Amino acid sequence: MAGDAVKLLGAWPSPFVMRAQIALNLKSVGYEFLEETLGTKSQLLLQSNPVHKKIPVLIHGDKLVCESLIIVQYIDEVWSSGPGMLPSDLYDRATARFWAAYIDDKWFPSLIGIAKAQDDGAKKAAIEQVSEILAVLEDAFTKCSKGKTFFGGDRVGYLDIAFGCFLGWLRVTEKMNGVELISRSKTPQLAQWAERFCADPAVKDVMPETDKLAEFAKVLFAKFKNPPSQ
Amino acid sequence: MAEEEVRLFRTWSSPFALRAIWALELKGVPYENIFENLSSKSQLLLQYNPVHGKVPVLVHNGRAVCESLVVVEYIDETWTQNPLLPEDPLERATARFWAKFGDDKVMQSIWDLVQKGREEQEAGLAQAIESLQPLEEILKGKKFFGGEKIGFLDIALGWLSNLVPVFHEITGLKLIEEERFPLLSAWMKDFSGFPTIRETLPPHDKLVTKFRAQLEALRAKSRSQQ
Repeated sequence: MAGDAVKLLGAWPSPFVMRAQIALNLKSVGYEFLEETLGTKSQLLLQSNPVHKKIPVLIHGDKLVCESLIIVQYIDEVWSSGPGMLPSDLYDRATARFWAAYIDDKWFPSLIGIAKAQDDGAKKAAIEQVSEILAVLEDAFTKCSKGKTFFGGDRVGYLDIAFGCFLGWLRVTEKMNGVELISRSKTPQLAQWAERFCADPAVKDVMPETDKLAEFAKVLFAKFKNPPSQ
Repeated sequence: MAEEEVRLFRTWSSPFALRAIWALELKGVPYENIFENLSSKSQLLLQYNPVHGKVPVLVHNGRAVCESLVVVEYIDETWTQNPLLPEDPLERATARFWAKFGDDKVMQSIWDLVQKGREEQEAGLAQAIESLQPLEEILKGKKFFGGEKIGFLDIALGWLSNLVPVFHEITGLKLIEEERFPLLSAWMKDFSGFPTIRETLPPHDKLVTKFRAQLEALRAKSRSQQ
């Protein structure tokens, strides 16, 4: 079963797609990357994820798996030899899942809140909210890492993947708004962790360059400011 | 086996806390209920769930687990009798997918619907019914979402079985009609009628009173903001 061909439907700028790529890389699983074009949805995507019509979709043999964190857990469970991406201690595992849910429910909306802010006042408030959430995550890092280098301990794990995939977009946001969100002064542990995460062999080839992402962001944010009429 | 201390912070009505309760009850795990009043939260709750201050919180030998579906998975992994998630990785991924769909799409569209005034309810109803359609599909050939036995997805969607009748009574809108949703209708009866589950369900009339009051308060608030 683990030996069946693996394909990943995705797009290079998507942090959610990156989660699946990092997980596959950590497990040294070869896969074919099928790039979706922004603004269009391929037949394969519409067939593979009819419910949400979103990327990423993992195609493993004839099996389809959707939703990025669910894909990561699937990868962890199928290619189960070698170190797991979730902690082996059940309480630590629940803690990792808790913070991953926080990343999706609180962190991500706050980050795009900055891009969606329509005026300076709203932007300032959105930036303030992101900073508050990063302070919470700085604290979470202390608790989860227990003095080690990653949220997951000695190695990149589930929570590192869940959060780290946003680092490219975070840097773009900092650049476009002239702010420091993760910094050595405000969030020292996260600053160090971010460097280590991005340098990890499973991550560095799939994390987009900030400049390339910034160019892409300009196109995308123009759509937020002038949404197409419904 | 070391002395186990299992406490569950909950309210009498929280559908999220019920998920944890169902998991514990189905596995026969002894636990202590700690009832919270959400308008006046206890120090302990805020200590155990500093990030959200919400129920449920499972405290197992002094360590707190939060977020209902995280709690259910923790319970499933810690007490391995009567497993809730299947063993096969694809089946597990599928159960998790539909649980998330239930929370993100179904619950959201139903709650949006019941909050609307009469005039807007038509459109809201169509959307809520559309979100329920896939659930009818995946029940084909099964008694429960878990197959022959109640499983993770039944627990995640179980709120439908006791809250949809409540919303029906309050709004007069039939969300799950037997003709359109024969399998889901049968599942609601089988799930809420299952002895272990039935004993945990909050009283229907009390829920109707509570949600009526809550919805009226929300409407008053939005009127005063216009």
